[in-house]
Amino acid sequence: MAIMTVIEAVREAMREEMRRDASVFILGEDVGRRGGVFLATQGFIDEFGEQRVIDTPLAEAAIAGVAVGAAMAGMRPIAEVQFGDFMFPVFNQIVGEAARIRYGTNGKLHVPMVVRSPYGGHVRGGLFHSQSPEAYFAHTPGLKVVTPATPYDAKGLLKAAIRSNDPVVFLEHKRTYRAVRGEVPDGDYVVPIGVADIKRAGDAATIVTYGLTLHYSLQAAEVLAGEGVEVEVVDLRTVSPIDRETVLESVRKTSRALVVHEDNLSLGVGAEVSAIIAEHAFDSLDAPVMRVAGPDIPAMPFAPTLEAAYMPTADKIEAALRRLLEY
Amino acid sequence: MAVDNASIMTQTMNDLPSGLNAEDLVDIYANMVLIRTLDERIWAMNRQGKAAIVASSQGHEAAQLASVWALRHHAKDYFCFTYYRDLAVTVSQGLTPTEALLGFLAKEGEPMSGARQFPQHGAIPDRKVINISNVVATHISHAVGWALAAKMRGEPTVVAAYMGDGATSQGEVHEAMNFASVMKLPVVFIVENNKYAISVPQHRQMNVTEVSSRAVGYGMPGVTVDGTDVVASYAACAEAVERAARGEGPSLVELDVERYLPHTSDDDDSVYRAKEEIDEARKRDPLAKLKALLQSAGLMTDERDAELRESARREVDAATDAAEAAPFPPDDDVLERVFEEVG
Ligand SMILES: Cc1ncc(C[n+]2csc(CCOP(=O)(O)OP(=O)(O)O)c2C)c(N)n1
Ligand SMILES: [Mg+2]
Repeated sequence: MAIMTVIEAVREAMREEMRRDASVFILGEDVGRRGGVFLATQGFIDEFGEQRVIDTPLAEAAIAGVAVGAAMAGMRPIAEVQFGDFMFPVFNQIVGEAARIRYGTNGKLHVPMVVRSPYGGHVRGGLFHSQSPEAYFAHTPGLKVVTPATPYDAKGLLKAAIRSNDPVVFLEHKRTYRAVRGEVPDGDYVVPIGVADIKRAGDAATIVTYGLTLHYSLQAAEVLAGEGVEVEVVDLRTVSPIDRETVLESVRKTSRALVVHEDNLSLGVGAEVSAIIAEHAFDSLDAPVMRVAGPDIPAMPFAPTLEAAYMPTADKIEAALRRLLEY
Repeated sequence: MAVDNASIMTQTMNDLPSGLNAEDLVDIYANMVLIRTLDERIWAMNRQGKAAIVASSQGHEAAQLASVWALRHHAKDYFCFTYYRDLAVTVSQGLTPTEALLGFLAKEGEPMSGARQFPQHGAIPDRKVINISNVVATHISHAVGWALAAKMRGEPTVVAAYMGDGATSQGEVHEAMNFASVMKLPVVFIVENNKYAISVPQHRQMNVTEVSSRAVGYGMPGVTVDGTDVVASYAACAEAVERAARGEGPSLVELDVERYLPHTSDDDDSVYRAKEEIDEARKRDPLAKLKALLQSAGLMTDERDAELRESARREVDAATDAAEAAPFPPDDDVLERVFEEVG
């Protein structure tokens, strides 16, 4: 068992999968000699060569589209999109194309590819280096959307994503890359896509979250635990498909639900989770489902005050928990 | 368009490009007759209210068939990433008239998409044809990716990426061509330039007379040839296929063709295209031109031509009956094959 950061876990997962399976390869901007701007592929070009660690032209639509074509041909490409905010040039290929290929060929072809991208803010990334684009992709049947928050989950889920026979959008919160450390078992293991994880058990209320706000939620839960109130924290880990059973089981136990995410509030993952709870656990609820999320503004601003105002921090989550518990 | 329409008239059977012989031309002609007959039938069935949407290949047949024959003769293996107007590619690659008609009528058993998609869309990998998308030009990078996979695995596959003139305005085409050339991938970009994208004529689409002139910007060869001339089209495609097969990278082959019918069955071309222009275009009919060439070499007679047309009509009649008799797909199939089935 080693202690690693999230970025190290991501790197381990890819390295092991590339050693295991010759059809796995990486393409993206600066992934070769530079090892990626966040160093996810550091050292890969020396081990695997430039045939399998491809520095592409600066052209995201082509990176994604070429990956789609190679995946249809039986390879397992991992396409790196340098920042989550640059997913929009890729959108056409992932949402419009990759997601529909199994359906649109009636199962004749499928697309075993992963699009990896560092996403999220609270890193002073400003309007174009902070975005959480998961909801756009999660809305699309045919795609899986994975958002790990810990090194253990990042490694196990990325392996599952690489082995998936359907396209996976794999979003790595860039603030967790070096800020979050944790135990990672040596060698091979897989965390299944579509299975949530209870990161803290409790009975007073349930927080449903994922990504960086998992850690802020755990901080808030810790504060309440000091007062003798135990809050359960469910880490979705995968935002599409959502693990309804784990969410509902927890809410049926605690009777109170707070949904937390960094992406802006409206029409996102939190809305879907709230609807699932309202539809299937209404009789168990002692309070309305509440949400803490980024405000509905176009993107996360740059100035530290503005960024802090955007971010669903531990303080804001704690305050919402108190409202929920007092209801 | 810098094409010498008279050149075909000077074409003789004596100067065929290497790889193409007289029997091929006879074979291509028989394919043309079948495909034209089928295409006309499909259009008629649209007018009868039976086929919901049709994009006709009429006027493009020589270009499409020549490219297929060039791939067959000059690549050890190949794949065609087609678009909606490529009936002559799909049928010559083995999509039967019945299967094609199952697609146009959206019937059960349609092999490309199970009638989930518009006609001619989906994939028949066993027949080396993929046409995933209705979104213009998204497939060009897929073709490049397929070629990348082949190259990585050391396979001898050459990939043909077909598109129209309008498609070349898409940004993704630029990205894909540049990518393929940088990586020296075995791709032939085939532009079927019929000088219209629905109603928009070429001069409003681009400020160049030849799409192929852009090839220089990607560091690859580009040529424009008369796409109603099988022999010229074959020669240009064969050279590009050979370059790809040698590992030297992609090429752009622009085939100057005609679109005889409106963009699709939903279009009315009379509001943007003069009848005289279409009449003029009809003088370049690829069937008439190939027939004349074969006749000049004593390889075709009016009687033989009539026989071919009659046998094509019978085949298409039988296909029509079979497709009309087929049921629609069962409605409970709608939820299937979104993801891999596990367990
Ligand atoms: C991205 C996109 N934009 C618009 C359309 C609608 N559309 C379908 S075909 C077409 C014209 C294409 O013309 P061209 O590429 O020249 O091919 P042609 O039909 O002439 O063979 C348009 C605008 C589309 N399918 N996809
Ligand atoms: Mg056109």
